[in-house]
Amino acid sequence: MNKTVLDLWVGLFVIAGIAALLFLALKVGSASAVKASNSYEVIARFDNIGGLKPRAPVKSAGVVVGRVADIGFDNETYEAAVTLRLDKRYAFPKDTSAAIMTSGLLGEQYVGLEAGGDDQMLKDQDRIFLTQSAVVLENLIGQFIYGKAQEGAPQ
Amino acid sequence: MLRQSIENLGNRTIQGVWRIGFAARFFLAVLLHSGTAFRRFGLTIREMYFTGVLSLIIILVSGLFVGMVLGLQGYETLQRFGSESTLGTLVALSLVRELGPVVAALLFASRAGSAITAEIGLMKATEQLSAMEMMAVDPIARVVAPRFWAGVISMPLLAALFSAMGIFGGYLVGVQLIGVDEGAFWSQMKSSVDFEQDIMNGVIKSVVFGIAITAIALFEGYDAPPTAEGVSGATTRTVVTSSLVVLALDFVLTAFMFRGIS
Repeated sequence: MNKTVLDLWVGLFVIAGIAALLFLALKVGSASAVKASNSYEVIARFDNIGGLKPRAPVKSAGVVVGRVADIGFDNETYEAAVTLRLDKRYAFPKDTSAAIMTSGLLGEQYVGLEAGGDDQMLKDQDRIFLTQSAVVLENLIGQFIYGKAQEGAPQ
Repeated sequence: MLRQSIENLGNRTIQGVWRIGFAARFFLAVLLHSGTAFRRFGLTIREMYFTGVLSLIIILVSGLFVGMVLGLQGYETLQRFGSESTLGTLVALSLVRELGPVVAALLFASRAGSAITAEIGLMKATEQLSAMEMMAVDPIARVVAPRFWAGVISMPLLAALFSAMGIFGGYLVGVQLIGVDEGAFWSQMKSSVDFEQDIMNGVIKSVVFGIAITAIALFEGYDAPPTAEGVSGATTRTVVTSSLVVLALDFVLTAFMFRGIS
């Protein structure tokens, strides 16, 4: 067996394998966007989070600025406590509002942040007070039918 | 009659337990002697040529075709919901998480695992292993350990190549043939495939499969009865056992890894 030729083939095989791994890492996947070290967490409370899930994106002006880190239930106020992990590069004013939105009609749900006008910025473990719950389709349809029924009712 | 069958059952159970014990001792011996596989790395490289490089063709071609079929079938279903732009996500996630490691492992078991068993079984049948022992060469260190590490190193590389090739196949069919938007294909894929959660877990899976397949193949070869019939039976058992073990391990690993994700 010719040793050098064999080594060459194995070398090519290893290089191709590593190249495939790199292709998967760089072109196919993306690292978990926000690392714990360069991020800060803020808490927002919602009456209803709809179908929001952990790791859902947090977007501001359509740009992903963080991820949903944790979703809990507050048994005293009966609200959902959503922890948002935001990238340290982006700072938001204290009176920023958070809303749960849906991308497309049936797409995944995400948290949308709308910056306010305060000169104080949100810090780690701060709370976002202005929140808007998820739109629940059933409630919307219910309201629509109720409204129609009112319209048609004889005065 | 009844007594005979009970005796048979007991005998087979004892044989099975004995084999498991021997397999564990064998696996331990391979790990203990694996220093040789790294000190004389030339031996391992030689085995990597036989297990890895020679498996390349079947792995690459199957990967390409699996990806192309995923592209076709995925498009058929997704376009009913008007979400054919997520085709990239479907192809990439199913390949990286499941099909890449598992199908590559099944192919590896039948291509390389059977060859390892046949080779070692025949070495035993022709008393080459005994001859080595005579010359004070430990056959586990000289023959078995390099093959083990070659398999363990080759398997993740083969699985990665399979996945990459499959994604390329999905791209060929989805974007070039059917006409899904190229930008949407790649960006949707990139935004929903996570490096740690999906790709690294796929790599971990393929490493585990590599260990399982090579260990089974080596053990079956080493344990094969030294006859032509014995070697052929051992080769068959390698393919059947390692395929079943890969599928079972895949279920267990998936249950552990992807429980937290929606």
